[in-house]
Amino acid sequence: MYISHLSLTDFRSYAQADFELGPGTTVFVGSNGVGKTNIAEAIGYLASLSSHRVSTDAPLIRFGAERALVRARVARGGQATAVELEITAGKANRARINRANPVRARDILGIVRTVLFAPEDLALVKGDPANRRRFLDDLMVALRPHHAATRGDYERVLKQRNALLKSARSGRYTAAHESTLEVWDQHLAQAGARLLRGRLDVLELLSAHLGTEYAGLTDGSKAATARYRCTVVEELDDDGGTAALPATALPPSAIPSASQDRDRQDPAGGTREAGAVRAPGLEGAGIGDLERMFLEALAAHRKKETERGITLVGPHRDELDLFLGPAPAKGYASHGETWSLALALRLASYRVLGEDDPREGAGPILILDDVFAELDADRRSRLAAVVAGAEQVIVTAAVAADVPSELGGRVLRVTPGHVSP
Amino acid sequence: MYEGAVQELIDELGRLPGVGPKSAQRIAFHILEADPEDMKRLSDAIRAVKERVKFCSICFNVSEQETCAICRDPRRDETVLCVVEESKDVMAVERTRSFRGRYHVLGGSINPIAGIGPDQLHIRELLNRLSDDRIEEIIIATDPNLEGEATATYLARMLKTIGIKVTRLASGLPVGGDLEYADEVTLGRAFEGRRSLIG
Repeated sequence: MYISHLSLTDFRSYAQADFELGPGTTVFVGSNGVGKTNIAEAIGYLASLSSHRVSTDAPLIRFGAERALVRARVARGGQATAVELEITAGKANRARINRANPVRARDILGIVRTVLFAPEDLALVKGDPANRRRFLDDLMVALRPHHAATRGDYERVLKQRNALLKSARSGRYTAAHESTLEVWDQHLAQAGARLLRGRLDVLELLSAHLGTEYAGLTDGSKAATARYRCTVVEELDDDGGTAALPATALPPSAIPSASQDRDRQDPAGGTREAGAVRAPGLEGAGIGDLERMFLEALAAHRKKETERGITLVGPHRDELDLFLGPAPAKGYASHGETWSLALALRLASYRVLGEDDPREGAGPILILDDVFAELDADRRSRLAAVVAGAEQVIVTAAVAADVPSELGGRVLRVTPGHVSP
Repeated sequence: MYEGAVQELIDELGRLPGVGPKSAQRIAFHILEADPEDMKRLSDAIRAVKERVKFCSICFNVSEQETCAICRDPRRDETVLCVVEESKDVMAVERTRSFRGRYHVLGGSINPIAGIGPDQLHIRELLNRLSDDRIEEIIIATDPNLEGEATATYLARMLKTIGIKVTRLASGLPVGGDLEYADEVTLGRAFEGRRSLIG
């Protein structure tokens, strides 16, 4: 898909701006602070209804204005759709599709699909585990919008259970606590099993691509792998290290569904690392198995949890360990390697989204916000070669020379509040 | 800030559910300008409700007597008990006119964040009622949200040992609605709870 026209009203630094875009690459060039990222952010917002820079909507609205308006014409395999999103701080956003009556903002999810690369992605590798969990969950929701509810359900049960544990702290643990805790255990295990299964499915899909994408960006001397460490089957201490690995019996019956996909659609290259992502202890577990394992883990941690007044096991404390060769990426990887790995994670999610909907013109839009400046010439051209296959690529850069020439495309100059060819 | 009585009224009204500061001010000035007789009836009604209305000693529904009209009615089916969160929910089920059993009002749902556990609800009283062996079925009609479901799970665990039939209201698509407008969660539940049309 590609965006053929983008219009911003009172969005960030733009009072009013209109861009004609086309398939292929468009490079927005301008000095620091002129509003290049705002364009990337606006397109990303249409796809995910959240910003990659801020967690609230207020900063998106031009200072002094009441609401921001983002309008786009999206071309998808010869079919054009007009989406319009009105962002009002503190109030529900409203959207319109093809100038029809306003609908809920979430109804436009799926019309625009993007994969956004930004300097913030470094946190995927270097940051705390919450960044990696969010990466997995965001991709899970982008693939299957109904998982937004899976995620929300788990968070709500977790809050209630934590409130109960807190009230049971410091020796006030009563029989009533015990019996209610069992109820919340059951609900947490149900919601948690669904969330875990969703994440594991995403991991299966990612596993086919992570190794290949990293190898494609580098000289291929180190293999990128990932390991999902689940607190339900592994004891993680507070630093995220593994304290013990209890042997959990798993039924041999369940077969991971995505492994079949992997066999079926091996690409021509064949260099793909099958199983670059592993989830020890969880292979092939169905929702029922996960729920049972979750309940066992909760029972095993009962004493510790009531002492600390917090839920210690579950997907909210899981970690996705990233490795380059044998060494963990966090701490050991160089700045350049960290960048390449973060890019590889995003590229892998781009492949996953593309495979999910392989129809002509359905592939996601790639947005590269200020990433070339961080890479050496070799990695730049490798990244350029990978993204050149996308139907539309939006690039922002402070210096035009940073953008590899093989990407080609149209260059638009950005000055404060304005964009000109 | 207004002087004395007016501000006091605005503050009191503002404490009511669903009434914000602007609405409170509007209602206060309406009361100020309204006919004194009308407003006397309103204040009498508020006083009467606090003085006369209490909770039924059997089912905890609102009642002006020791027991509520439903518990007193001999025509009601005493073999079925419908468990709801609030008295409002009794009225909702009553409007269907299809349930002829009796009720038990819990007085809320299990909600640790709000500090409500089983002991704060009328669950012990429900268990006491079950010593009456005429009761054959318990219908759990708590809200289909997280807290309501947790309460239903709790009750189901308690009642399992007693060996009584326990059912839960179905979740799914609203009648007369459009499938395309149903949200994913509701539609998902409707799929889980689908039933066979043949046999």
